[in-house]
Amino acid sequence: MNTKTNAQQGIPELLAFTAAGAEAVDRLHRQLEESADEAKILDVAYTMMDTPVGTLLLAATERGLLRVAFEVEGLDKVLDELGRKFSPRILRSPKRLDVAAFEIDEYFVRRRTSFDLALDFSLTSGFRQTVQRFLPQIAYGTTESYKHVAALVGNPKAIRAVGSACATNPLPIVVPCHRVLRTNGELGGYLGGLAMKAALLKLEGAA
Amino acid sequence: MPFERVVADHSMTVLRVCRAVVGTHDAEDAWSETFLAAMRTYPELPDSANVEAWLVTIAHRKAIDIIRKQKRIDSSMAMVPDRSMTVTSPSSTNHELWNALQLLPDKQRQAVAYHYLGGLPYLEVAQILGGTPDASRRAAADGIRNLRKTFKDMQIEGASQ
Repeated sequence: MNTKTNAQQGIPELLAFTAAGAEAVDRLHRQLEESADEAKILDVAYTMMDTPVGTLLLAATERGLLRVAFEVEGLDKVLDELGRKFSPRILRSPKRLDVAAFEIDEYFVRRRTSFDLALDFSLTSGFRQTVQRFLPQIAYGTTESYKHVAALVGNPKAIRAVGSACATNPLPIVVPCHRVLRTNGELGGYLGGLAMKAALLKLEGAA
Repeated sequence: MPFERVVADHSMTVLRVCRAVVGTHDAEDAWSETFLAAMRTYPELPDSANVEAWLVTIAHRKAIDIIRKQKRIDSSMAMVPDRSMTVTSPSSTNHELWNALQLLPDKQRQAVAYHYLGGLPYLEVAQILGGTPDASRRAAADGIRNLRKTFKDMQIEGASQ
């Protein structure tokens, strides 16, 4: 808006008098995070974290981790999508993600082979969710084929559906869809790009 | 739009408006109450809404509550003048400007804040304050004129002391 012009037309001292430093704005933001959380209206808290494979966005509801997103997905786009599909009551509020960020850090320095986090699967449903809930059973450092996963979740013909469940996994890394490959050993697809999938498998010593 | 972006885009403007209307001492409380209330009802806000006008409207309601409280405290602490400024503002220019703002009738101060700091057109200022857009325009113009005059008098007075 034309705040500045308006104020200069008015009385310039007003601008100086009412100006606040970045420090005040940060403090107010932190207070808002806390009071919104207390009032149970912080539907989604998110944070960004740096990892060896680039910046990750982590988002969580009160129930658990809701979304892990890669930079290549466009982090603003991911937030917009969360606003539309889940709730627009979203604040950057790292506190709720402390444990998840810590475990992901441990994963990237090879000190963690499985995650111990509450997960919120609200963004998926049906067969896709069934597949995604199953994936953490594929052990660190090992891989499975789409075909075998389809059989393991009790629907041997649903190979393509397993593929789309992996492709739409809202919780990559934590729900290890990167451990699912084609029967012939080809990588298949990955939300974060094939280079990312290869990097994660290499980190785990599976490729 | 995620609420985070609403906060990022309008945080400073709302704080300016709060500072002008309730003073630096209570501005942060007004800001906090405004954004918490806004976040509560945000999912129901239509996409077409003017977010800044919506926020300033909420800030206006919160500010009225705070002004009422201030007036109660002021009347019960009538023996201690200038409470707000002694605590909050170190510089004498700020002191004079705040005193000048405080001397304005509420409506003039609000019209000045919402138009000149909130950036709202008079049509929207009028929706917040009631009355016609012309009445809001006059209130803001009178406010600025009074502010300039009082502020100048204070500075001259201050310089001659």
